[in-house]
Amino acid sequence: MFDASIAEMSASLRAKRFSSVELTRELLARIDALDGKLNTFITVDPARAVDDAEAADAVIAKGDGGPLTGIPIAHKDILVTAGMRTTCGSRMLADYTSPFDAHVVDRLARAGTVLVGKTNMDEFAMGSSSETSYFGSVKNPWNLAYVPGGSSGGTAAAVAARLVAGGTGTDTGGSIRQPAAMSGVCGLKPTYGVCSRYGLVAFASSLDQAGPFARTAQDLALLLSAMAGHDPRDSTSLDRPVEDYSRFLGAERGAKPLSGIRIGLPAEYSGAGIDGDVSKSIGEALDVLRTLGAVTVDLALPNVKLSIPVYYVIAPAEASSNLSRFDGVRYGHRAAAYSDLADMYAKTRAEGFGAEVKRRILVGTYVLSHGYYDAYYLKAQKVRRLIAEDFRAAYAKCDAIAGPTAPTAAFRIGAKSDNPVEMYLNDIFTIAANLTGSPALSIPCGFDRNGLPIGLQLQGAAFTEARLLDIAHRFQQVTDWHRRIPAMATA
Amino acid sequence: MTISLDDVYRIAHLARVEIDAAHAEEVRTKLTSIFGLIDELAAVDTTGVEPMAHAQDASLPLRADAVGEPDLSARYRKLAPAVEDGLYLVPKVIE
Repeated sequence: MFDASIAEMSASLRAKRFSSVELTRELLARIDALDGKLNTFITVDPARAVDDAEAADAVIAKGDGGPLTGIPIAHKDILVTAGMRTTCGSRMLADYTSPFDAHVVDRLARAGTVLVGKTNMDEFAMGSSSETSYFGSVKNPWNLAYVPGGSSGGTAAAVAARLVAGGTGTDTGGSIRQPAAMSGVCGLKPTYGVCSRYGLVAFASSLDQAGPFARTAQDLALLLSAMAGHDPRDSTSLDRPVEDYSRFLGAERGAKPLSGIRIGLPAEYSGAGIDGDVSKSIGEALDVLRTLGAVTVDLALPNVKLSIPVYYVIAPAEASSNLSRFDGVRYGHRAAAYSDLADMYAKTRAEGFGAEVKRRILVGTYVLSHGYYDAYYLKAQKVRRLIAEDFRAAYAKCDAIAGPTAPTAAFRIGAKSDNPVEMYLNDIFTIAANLTGSPALSIPCGFDRNGLPIGLQLQGAAFTEARLLDIAHRFQQVTDWHRRIPAMATA
Repeated sequence: MTISLDDVYRIAHLARVEIDAAHAEEVRTKLTSIFGLIDELAAVDTTGVEPMAHAQDASLPLRADAVGEPDLSARYRKLAPAVEDGLYLVPKVIE
């Protein structure tokens, strides 16, 4: 039962083939057996999970509930949960328990999900490898010497190892899609404003979005339909009609279900800098999409190469402001010894934050400091507009843009941890969707020579999640990359 | 752009993050490499381009001017490292 998709689990729960308590206990036993090797969870609460599962079973017994009732999930440890600690992978919040639930946590709880625990991540979501956590690195289930991607590497690896069938992540520059690709699972970053950021501990407020992880596009649609929705507590949450993100998936459209779909192929998403095995797998995936009836259109995104420098101004600038709240006064870590208030702040923050978080705070402080604002922050916002204009023009010619999620498959633990710039370059294909606020997803489409997964990214214009999910679902109807199981997880 | 050690200490002070002398040089080297990446922006012609602050160009909604939340301050104070008589405690700032 652990290898089933959410949709399959849901059908089995309704058919009484097993109960949510049985399913939850099986997954808890798997976490017990396997997570010592993977380190995907920071917190697991078996008693609470079984309580949630009993409540779900009672709902199902009455014939009530929805497609997520009784489904065990995990939340990235940056989404706050009342009664279960939220650490952000940081010493700063190692003992922090929120008095309230994040909006998406609340929405998924109301949909009947069973909360198993909170997943490991790069500290404050700043990273692409899940190595910077105060709680240790996450390991890739396909090869324990490799990173699972990041920053939402805990959820990605837990879903890949069949410890849960789905869960949440957050994506500021690729932190859902890149670990989904490197761990061989599916992940979706929604349009900015679709999921409330209330209770998502802020990293870069103009870029952060929560989104789902799962093993199929169909499951992503189920999770997103529950997570999305207007929330007045987040002033950037969009007030728009409720969407059923699964609405295109059931339609019978014969052998060419993607007829009429135009897939854009930017010149910038192929060629130099992309691993040969990645290029080959993406080429084969595009052939599958063509076989399904899609046509491909060549495009140019001349400014997309500037995404990384733009991001590394805007994200640290917003982070330096957002993380100023961690000062040892109202919550979180406080240094034990200090001479005065200024010293208390400086020592608390020096001790509470890891090296990468401090670096980004310093970069952000610098670009916002007196005399530098125009040269960096304002300049980056102008180039952000140029990038958005490239995409606007591209979406006049196509329905979705396809390409690799990351330039390589997963790398070895430690390979890039001492070179921040090299680490940043991992996000070359994912950052633009955050800068433009548009939706994007990653699905498995192959393996490299080392047996590590490769991800296909599909991006679209704002509010085209349902269309992207449809394309991904049709791809998964005729391929089985998403069904492959890491050897360590077959037991 | 090269970041100097003085820059490192200046921004560390602004950011209220203590940097000890043993690590300052490493911080300086890594920040210099990051600014090497960021400096690519300087060459881009952005004449007449409006800055983009936000993904959606929607205006922020206004809510009714009414009290909507209960007083939860006692609950929030429980999270603090040091409180007394309903106040957050910090080292003395005024002699």
